[in-house]
Amino acid sequence: MTPEPATHVAGGADPIGGPSTLDGPKGGSALVVEHLSKRFGGRVAFDDVSFEVGYGEVFGFLGPNGAGKTTTVRALGTLIAPSSGSAIVAGIPLRAKNGPAIRARISIMPESPGLYLRLTVLENLQCFAGLYELDDVRGRIERALRAVNLEGRTRDLCGSLSKGLRQRVALARALLNDPAVLFLDEPTSGLDPVATREVHELIASLRERGVTIFLTTHRLDEAERLCDRVAILNTTLRLVGQPAELREQLFTRNLEVRVRAALGDPGRVFGGLPDVEGWAREASGPYRLAVSDPDAAAPAVARALVNAGADILSIAESRRSLEDVYLKLVDEDVEAKRR
Amino acid sequence: MSFSWRRVGALFLKELRDYRRNRFVIMTMAFVPLLFVILPTIQLFLINASASTAKLDAHIGLALLYMLLIPAMVPSVLAAYCVVGEREQGTLEPVLITPIHREEFLVAKALAALVPTLVIAYTVFGIFLGIAAIVAQPGVASAVFEGSHLLVQLLFTPLLAGWSIWVGIAISVRSSDVRAAQQLTVLASLPPLGVVALMSFNVIVPTLGLALALAAALLIIDVLGWRAVAPMFDRERLITGTRS
Repeated sequence: MTPEPATHVAGGADPIGGPSTLDGPKGGSALVVEHLSKRFGGRVAFDDVSFEVGYGEVFGFLGPNGAGKTTTVRALGTLIAPSSGSAIVAGIPLRAKNGPAIRARISIMPESPGLYLRLTVLENLQCFAGLYELDDVRGRIERALRAVNLEGRTRDLCGSLSKGLRQRVALARALLNDPAVLFLDEPTSGLDPVATREVHELIASLRERGVTIFLTTHRLDEAERLCDRVAILNTTLRLVGQPAELREQLFTRNLEVRVRAALGDPGRVFGGLPDVEGWAREASGPYRLAVSDPDAAAPAVARALVNAGADILSIAESRRSLEDVYLKLVDEDVEAKRR
Repeated sequence: MSFSWRRVGALFLKELRDYRRNRFVIMTMAFVPLLFVILPTIQLFLINASASTAKLDAHIGLALLYMLLIPAMVPSVLAAYCVVGEREQGTLEPVLITPIHREEFLVAKALAALVPTLVIAYTVFGIFLGIAAIVAQPGVASAVFEGSHLLVQLLFTPLLAGWSIWVGIAISVRSSDVRAAQQLTVLASLPPLGVVALMSFNVIVPTLGLALALAAALLIIDVLGWRAVAPMFDRERLITGTRS
């Protein structure tokens, strides 16, 4: 699947958190993964995974625990060797000899921040600036801390920071080298709602600035809110696309009709209406009408209800969430395994 | 991307900063040298200057042997922590995600154990020599300042430290528990001390040639140790616990 052309915010004076200076051509692919697999002995971590991520895109990588999300990130980050398949990461073919070059152009923020707790925020960032051999260390650290709203905490020991603040320091560390691709592995795992909201806001601001982000998560609200496209992995890749596309691929579109009193003969009211393909009602809940085009069907449904003497409370398109998509796929996998 | 001393320096500096605020490391670096300057000093006072040469050599050998426990023990504790410790506190993965090569990582860790050890060991030896010069009986002091004793100390301090460091790193790379790694490393760092002890007690007569030959052998072992440890440092196994 070819992603939409990436959108960059041009003219950013601030390279950290702004458009990456290491970006490839606009609209090109920051990641190209083809039939990538990883096995640990007899255990398959992920299998035959293929997708592309465009520069400037926020790509969500969803899946249940043990689906292979983190292992995929580690393989793309050259921490582990894939068993088969190929990939191009930030324009560099994924091979063992290219490991240092790839790692210089990307950043990975692991699930655990992994900060040196006895060192200050500044000392942590200085260490990593050195490991990336960055120039203008002071300026880069200042900009990275500004990007995560931590300018005033440079002298604080990381061990004294809250979990949310540590996550922000880890994000600042990941931004230091102005990565072409920023991998965020479960960035809100274990955070309270306030800290989660702060991390979401940071990711959203990075997105607005055109940073390419590969976000692994099992928080579907997070993916739906932040990602341009998502992939659902459950050892194999189940689906890739925009959340709305996925909903349409998996579910028929529905109109949810609420009336004051139950219809005497719903078949007579809804039957034969153009665009209405079927209807159903669970207990005393609303009527659900399967429709091909909700915008065209809704006025006809309203007229039919009025003609039938029904008191209409509401007619609205019933929107399936990404969670519905995800659960349907995971349930299908569970069913398939049972069979 | 070639070997980068800047990356080595960044990790080395981080290690030193970390030691500074690590109570266990501070205790190890302070207590062990303190112990090994007090014990030889007591030994100095116990020596009777009119004793036979063999007895004098045995006493001084024992005193100087305490000194060599510093390069054997101090770096072993630091080296044993260097990989498994980072794994335990979750900091290894962020470091391995950077462009650092395994050789750079290992050299940085080794230097971070070696440099403080040499500073401490030579400082303690200097203090001991100072005490010997000032308070020991003239016969004892001249025996302490004998060339072979000085040579053994100067030569074997970095070589024993080198052995302890590579053994410590090797154990640290393969371990999953810091405490077990440190205990094993302290034990594994003692064998070379046996040979030095035999020289210190004049069981093996410490001639210049013999000292140099043993030092060369230890140097070769240190180099081979480096070659053995480097391939053991497998990113995939360290991250996932499974060999690539």
